[in-house]
Amino acid sequence: MSIDHIASLIFGRLDWNALPFHEPILVATFAVVVLGGLTTLALITRYKLWGYLWTEWFTTVDHKKIGIMYMILGLVMFLRGFADAIMMRLQQAMAFGGAEGYLNAHHYDQIFTAHGVIMIFFVAMPLITGLMNYLVPLQIGARDVSFPFLNNFSFWMTTAGAVLVMASLFIGEFARTGWLAYPPLSGIGYSPGVGVDYYIWALQIAGVGTTLSGINLIATIVKMRAPGMGLMKMPIFTWTSLCANVLIVASFPVLTAVLALLTADRYLGTNFFTNDFGGNPMMYVNLIWIWGHPEVYILILPLFGVFSEVTSTFSGKKLFGYTSMVYATVVITILSYLVWLHHFFTMGSGASVNSFFGITTMIISIPTGAKLFNWLFTMYRGRIRFELPMMWTVAFMLTFVVGGMTGVMLAVPPADFVLHNSLFLIAHFHNVIIAGVLFGLFAAINFWWPKAFGFKLDKKWGLVSFWCWVVGFWVAFAPLYVLGFMGVTRRMRVFDDPSYQIWFIIAAVGAGIIAVGILAMLIQFAVSIINRDKLRDETGDPWHGRTLEWSTSSPPPNYNFAKTPIIHDSDAWWDMKARGYERPIDGYRPIHMPANTGAGVILAGLSTVMGFALIWYMWWLAALSFFALIAYAIFHTFNYKRDYYIPTETVQATEDAHTKALAAAAAKG
Amino acid sequence: MRRLRPLLLLPLLALMSGCEAVVLSPAGDIAAQQRDLLVWSVVLMLIIIIPVMALTVFFAWKYRESNKEARYEPDWDHSTHLELVIWAAPLLIIICLGAITWSGTHLLDPYRSLDRINKGQPVAAGVEPLQVNVVAMDWKWLFIYPEYGIATVNELAAPVDRPIRFHITSTGVMNSFYIPALAGQIYAMPGMETKMNAVINRPGKYVGFSANYSGDGFSDMRFAFHGLDQAGFDQWVAGVRADSKSLDRETYLELEKPSEKVPVLHYASVDEGLFDAVLNMCVEPGKMCMGEMMAIDRKGGLGLTAVHATWPLAYDKYARRGEAVLGSGESYVMAICTPLEAEKAAVDAGRRRQELAAQITRSAPTEQIMGRGLTRPGQASRTEVAAAGWPFAPRIPAPTVADAPSASQS
Amino acid sequence: MSHAASLNPDYVDEAGRPIYHPVEEPHHPEGHSTMLGFWMYLMSDCLIFAMLFAVYAVIGGNYAAGPAPKDLFDLPLVALNTSMLLMSSITYGFAMLAMVKNRTAQMQTWLAITGLFGLCFLGIELYEFAHMIHLGATPQRSGFLSAFFVLVGTHGLHVTFGIIWLVTLMIQVWQKGLIPANKRRLMCLSLFWHFLDVIWIGVFTFVYLFGMLR
Repeated sequence: MSIDHIASLIFGRLDWNALPFHEPILVATFAVVVLGGLTTLALITRYKLWGYLWTEWFTTVDHKKIGIMYMILGLVMFLRGFADAIMMRLQQAMAFGGAEGYLNAHHYDQIFTAHGVIMIFFVAMPLITGLMNYLVPLQIGARDVSFPFLNNFSFWMTTAGAVLVMASLFIGEFARTGWLAYPPLSGIGYSPGVGVDYYIWALQIAGVGTTLSGINLIATIVKMRAPGMGLMKMPIFTWTSLCANVLIVASFPVLTAVLALLTADRYLGTNFFTNDFGGNPMMYVNLIWIWGHPEVYILILPLFGVFSEVTSTFSGKKLFGYTSMVYATVVITILSYLVWLHHFFTMGSGASVNSFFGITTMIISIPTGAKLFNWLFTMYRGRIRFELPMMWTVAFMLTFVVGGMTGVMLAVPPADFVLHNSLFLIAHFHNVIIAGVLFGLFAAINFWWPKAFGFKLDKKWGLVSFWCWVVGFWVAFAPLYVLGFMGVTRRMRVFDDPSYQIWFIIAAVGAGIIAVGILAMLIQFAVSIINRDKLRDETGDPWHGRTLEWSTSSPPPNYNFAKTPIIHDSDAWWDMKARGYERPIDGYRPIHMPANTGAGVILAGLSTVMGFALIWYMWWLAALSFFALIAYAIFHTFNYKRDYYIPTETVQATEDAHTKALAAAAAKG
Repeated sequence: MRRLRPLLLLPLLALMSGCEAVVLSPAGDIAAQQRDLLVWSVVLMLIIIIPVMALTVFFAWKYRESNKEARYEPDWDHSTHLELVIWAAPLLIIICLGAITWSGTHLLDPYRSLDRINKGQPVAAGVEPLQVNVVAMDWKWLFIYPEYGIATVNELAAPVDRPIRFHITSTGVMNSFYIPALAGQIYAMPGMETKMNAVINRPGKYVGFSANYSGDGFSDMRFAFHGLDQAGFDQWVAGVRADSKSLDRETYLELEKPSEKVPVLHYASVDEGLFDAVLNMCVEPGKMCMGEMMAIDRKGGLGLTAVHATWPLAYDKYARRGEAVLGSGESYVMAICTPLEAEKAAVDAGRRRQELAAQITRSAPTEQIMGRGLTRPGQASRTEVAAAGWPFAPRIPAPTVADAPSASQS
Repeated sequence: MSHAASLNPDYVDEAGRPIYHPVEEPHHPEGHSTMLGFWMYLMSDCLIFAMLFAVYAVIGGNYAAGPAPKDLFDLPLVALNTSMLLMSSITYGFAMLAMVKNRTAQMQTWLAITGLFGLCFLGIELYEFAHMIHLGATPQRSGFLSAFFVLVGTHGLHVTFGIIWLVTLMIQVWQKGLIPANKRRLMCLSLFWHFLDVIWIGVFTFVYLFGMLR
């Protein structure tokens, strides 16, 4: 056996050529990442933070800390995804009339694929999962989720997927197929490299986390609500989270299955989605959209909940039409399974099939429209405080309706025939995802930050960020609507017609404005942390909140509620305040809590290794890590001691501190 | 918020400024009707959207905290009348839009033969549509005109006001056939045929392209579409015929190999069964056609006797670029060995296959190939050939276990 | 709307004032949502099988001019196989009955028998696979065979993990006895095991029986 053989037995497909030395952009990025990473590691070591991070964060089963870690993961990945967006905008603004731009096809095609995958799976999903994780137990008066260890494990599995996607940047390549990897292009015949394998394993591993987290949150909402909280007394955010998690559990297995079949095609040579031997690529397209369309609502529903909470809080009013809001959410949940075909009207289905799916799609706009009206009439006869969360909400309402309108345009099949896959479509879904999901997340971050950290976010930088985002969004995406009408299609790297160029330049400027908005947001975080004493909120209820999370201290103690509250009204905390509720100051009991565990980190770490080994065909390593995974999982089940009690004295001390803070705040205010 | 509103008008302003929004001012009747539907849906939705946006701004302004004049009713959260309105209003709009959608989708079904060539101009009696067979390839477009026996690459022409019927397929991956000025797009998919009926009303040179990402050369997968008057079209056909090239299967297989930025090519003659063979993925000699395979499958397959007859079935000898670890093709006959060897074997097999295929195309010009279910020009029809013998009778020596590299080689 | 109207009647004191904290903290012992959570997991798993069945329905007739179910399936063998799995479900039921009566040794015996039936099932299935592959009817041969191997194989993988889990639980019961945590785990495995049985009945009907009729 030659040395090459031995090397390939050990390293599979991996060799020096897999490192992208030929791409100066990547080499530079790599240098920056390595330097940044080493600096961070050095600082952590210097300040002896490893132990703290491990015991307080990495192994934590506290839903609040896991929620925050999800948010950090989402924000970090957001920077990566946005860097991809800027690169695409630059390329498209440059490559006209024979100019090739600065990205070759191999690189550009990876960038738009990575942008889509990262933004959906590793930005939007972690951010909303983090939000739900943080808020749901607090809103329902629970002390943690139903399965605290599973929660930690889910987070690390999502992170493992993100790690694989990031690894693809520097080792090998990412998929060059578009974010849904349609076969036959994503089959082994046309994409023989490691790109699609990175895609598959990153999504599979992260998908396990997402499904388990969905099960966890449903069980939490069903089983752990405080006494008195009937279903129709749940806060609206909890309702939307419940629906989103039902969607997760009922759709992510479809993604798992369809990716597994693509994996079989690529690794075992089966013929599910191949052209020959009786395979059927259109089956993949159907299956992936049966997951993909509910996914859209998984992303948006929790944010609808956020907008409801924010509107009602800052209007100082009960949410208008709570019941119809709940029904609208449930109707959207169900209908989201009946519309998948609208993503491919142009694949030659018959007119009846197309019009069926077109009309079901339009029907979704009815409950969505009802929701908008509900927010509108919540503002009506309110006292609207234009704090940052409310501003994001109003910006959302004004921007999202346009996205909704263009969405219904696309739902008319004959109109879709001229707009499908065009930049109009791109503008449409960024219109709903940025205006809906991102604006909602920014509203949520500004709204609940004081709850999570005990101080408000700086308003001045928040305003800078807000205006840059809103203006930048329109400058970046209005040109894409126009380009769609000019018949420009998506995923193009170079263009012939020079009359497009001005629009792409405007769009690139818009992306630049958004970049300033992102920078302003990071500055906002930094400034707020530096000025935290000035921005401090001692009351735990800085916005005159309405739901239970505002009844605890900020940040809440790890047990959330020293005494479980009883719910009389859907706006429980508002109701309690209105009736002159007095906080109990003694009579606490020991609190039963789940214990931290490192099993989640270890299992997810082994999954990452296994994924990496499978991507590169390092069979021995894949087998080894797989068996280690199984063995460790079994070993973990032998640990029966998974909980502990917080003694009464500790609870008493914590609550006394909060009592003092409240008194001080009352004296001050 | 109010500062935003001019920005919302930006797209409209831009359109008014007269840029070439081809989707909104197309040159074909179908695209024009599709545009009309687009406009109608926008108008219908604006009935809701404009009041919502206006109310949002108005309420946000009127009920601001500093305005102590405004009524404040913190517990007002329900009004049955209002709720009826907010559900009914969108519902009514959607009912209207749904009706338009249902009829529009059926009337503008790309598979439906045209009954008019323009508003108020029905198709004249006796006018047959111009048939064009479209093949999306890596990364160029092949157009075959069966009526004229000619073919072109990356150039399409049609006479104005005559219905055109496209039969569309693809060689390896999915593409989407789209000429915005003519009509909406439809996917081009391997082994499948999609159809589109359309008509061009204004003479001119238009752009066509693939609207579905298909790999490296996708951006340059463009072609010119010429709408010509009848005389101009005849002249164009004569021009294509004047070219000396002919598109036989050998040429086709050469053309099928991935290539980018392919210049316009003209073929004065075309192998008659070529499009059928492309569609059925059996241009290469010795390969079973999809249609035939499906017919066999409907009858219950060929049983275990045919289980090893897979070599001739393998498609994509040229456009394929990789193999699965336990690849299809012949690697299954090998004994279980390490995946590494399997991979190597697959690579070897791919190379061997290429060489073999190259030899075959050289030594066996199309005239000598038994149909594998295909109609040979001037010869027996498909069914007769198919019935004539076992379709797997290997014309090419199928690789055997002995051909596969054994474990000891590595 | 007046506030008094919205008070929760279950939580007011004699004077009609709202109570805001229960006297006894609501108890959420470890594992109180386990069965619900496990049910949801099973449903998500069921969805995966639903997808595989759907895929089989779509491409199960694409033999690529190769062998069809009639040429490959040995119905008596599959019937034997099915009976193995059905028997294992029954014996698992006996194990659960023993568990309820806290008869540890009896339960362990039944679990062991269940595991043996499971192994027999797997053995027969592997033999069937090996035989088909030996004939040349590999998963790569046609869409039908791909769908068949992946659907049946996924079920087989589940059974494999079920057996590993079963052995693990036997050891844990042997170590700790029938403590509540172990009972809960046995209940979960019971659900899992019967779930696989139900799936197999689907496989047997739609793949094997209908396949022979096709």
